[in-house]
Amino acid sequence: MKRKLLIGAGLVGAALLLLANPAAAQEAEEVAPASQIVLDNVFVFLCAILVFFMQAGFALVEAGLTRAKNVSNIFMKNLMDGMAGILAFALVGYGIGFGGSELLGGWFGFGFGISGIEDPAAAQVLNLSPATFFFFQAAFAAVAATIVSGAMAERTKFKSYFIYSLVITAVLYPTVLRWTWGGGWLAQLDIPFSDFAGSTIVHATGGWAALAGAIVLGPRLGKYGKDGKPRAIPGHNVPFVVLGALILFIGWFGFNPGSELAADNLVPQLAVKTLLAACAGAVVAMIVNWARDGKPDVTMAANGMLAGLVAITAPVGAVETWAALVIGGIGGAIVVLSVSFFDRMRVDDPVGAISVHGVVGTWGTLSIALFARYDDAFLGREDAGLFYGGGIDQLSTQALFVGVHFVFVFGAAFLLFQAIKATVGLRVTEEEELAGLDVEEHGHMGYAPDAGGSSSLGTSSSSTKPVSV
Amino acid sequence: MLHLVTAVIKPHKLDDVKEALKGVGVQGMTVSEVKGFGRQGGHTETYRGAEYTIDFVPKVKIEIVCGTEDAEKVADAIATAAQTGKIGDGKIWMTAVDRLARIRTGEMGTDAV
Repeated sequence: MKRKLLIGAGLVGAALLLLANPAAAQEAEEVAPASQIVLDNVFVFLCAILVFFMQAGFALVEAGLTRAKNVSNIFMKNLMDGMAGILAFALVGYGIGFGGSELLGGWFGFGFGISGIEDPAAAQVLNLSPATFFFFQAAFAAVAATIVSGAMAERTKFKSYFIYSLVITAVLYPTVLRWTWGGGWLAQLDIPFSDFAGSTIVHATGGWAALAGAIVLGPRLGKYGKDGKPRAIPGHNVPFVVLGALILFIGWFGFNPGSELAADNLVPQLAVKTLLAACAGAVVAMIVNWARDGKPDVTMAANGMLAGLVAITAPVGAVETWAALVIGGIGGAIVVLSVSFFDRMRVDDPVGAISVHGVVGTWGTLSIALFARYDDAFLGREDAGLFYGGGIDQLSTQALFVGVHFVFVFGAAFLLFQAIKATVGLRVTEEEELAGLDVEEHGHMGYAPDAGGSSSLGTSSSSTKPVSV
Repeated sequence: MLHLVTAVIKPHKLDDVKEALKGVGVQGMTVSEVKGFGRQGGHTETYRGAEYTIDFVPKVKIEIVCGTEDAEKVADAIATAAQTGKIGDGKIWMTAVDRLARIRTGEMGTDAV
């Protein structure tokens, strides 16, 4: 309460100063007042925290959609995607993405990790200090990495997944960053790319890496019957799925508005568009699924909400509010159809990650070329969208963007997974997959026998021999 | 004359066994989740630095009441479908049943199968 009063007093004081001195007010337009700098940094910092919280959301969604015998493993993969991934990003990836040296005409880059982070004179992005900007970017890197664990769930060796996780945050994702937000070749085109908060840069990167992983892994045992038809393998906890999706929903209000990288009056509009796209995605997905399958599947509706959010992530800065509903709604419809499509293609994706993040992420990025009305600071002009008379220029760039991105990410991830498969192995043994990954990979069950009231029949501890340290 | 065929099998074999039983004309069964071990013994794991042993392994128990003349056929179907050749495949046994009734209709004996 006291802090709020102090901030309030500070703002009022700054405002009064500006009013008292018109000349200073004029100058304030060129040089940002100290209060605005502080506001921008604090705002983006808080948004980053919301995005970090999305790790919990992803973990819950993935756990809920997979079986109980694998729950420790899926949570461990999600935990390490965040923890180890951020380390890899801090040490290597951040420099590749945003470091001072641009290489190969903007196709790659280099920098010394986070070495400049405490230097107040180091290069800044808008009003953000190096620490704030890194903190925000690290949260996004963790999101890109954690998308993949869902598609590869229930059959991937943990150590193999860990290796992949380091590579995606150290090299693959940062390369895409360099091309785009790092000022590389896609940002240097005559008609530059647009992806406000990362439908392609973050979500489709995860989605296409997930596709590569699921293909190289192969489907789970029992997923396809002898007749080749896909069989349902129901997840073990629907409440987790919905709670996880709602946590992601909240986190997205850091993801999209935070990508403005400033605390200005555009932020609430970004939040409203994000909100409406989520709602449209959920409802449309429910309707499409209900109409096709006869009953509204709860997990599909949750996926639909996420699809709406992924879809609006790229266009959120450029489109009008009504367009957010349309874009999100179409995302919701796409995800229902896409999940079945990949099932029929014998690509086993337990959580729909490829569809939600890859396919819908691409839709969201392309939708800018249709619906862009405002300059989102990437487009460089208003009315860039086809529906506003902008022609197909932006569509060419967006198509080039998503096309090259797909080829690179899918190709590199595919090669990486093949390399892992050929060396340390990618998939667990059949016995392990049937018994469940928890005990085999981690030495303990996720749900201990006496949790939830079931009997502790059959376990005994021999506590005589602690492992020596 | 009626017999109860009981089988303890590996959980992931349940679907195959169910299909095989349908194939020999079995129209109903009762299934429960159990734990057990045979000659295979347990193994040791470590949790937060302390060791513990896992003896019991999750299994599925199937119970079918059928006519005595069908019992052999039913048991064979289960055995074939449930076998993997690896340790822990399970066991099947038969016992005689004194009485059987269908609750809904009151039918008794082989009419209730």
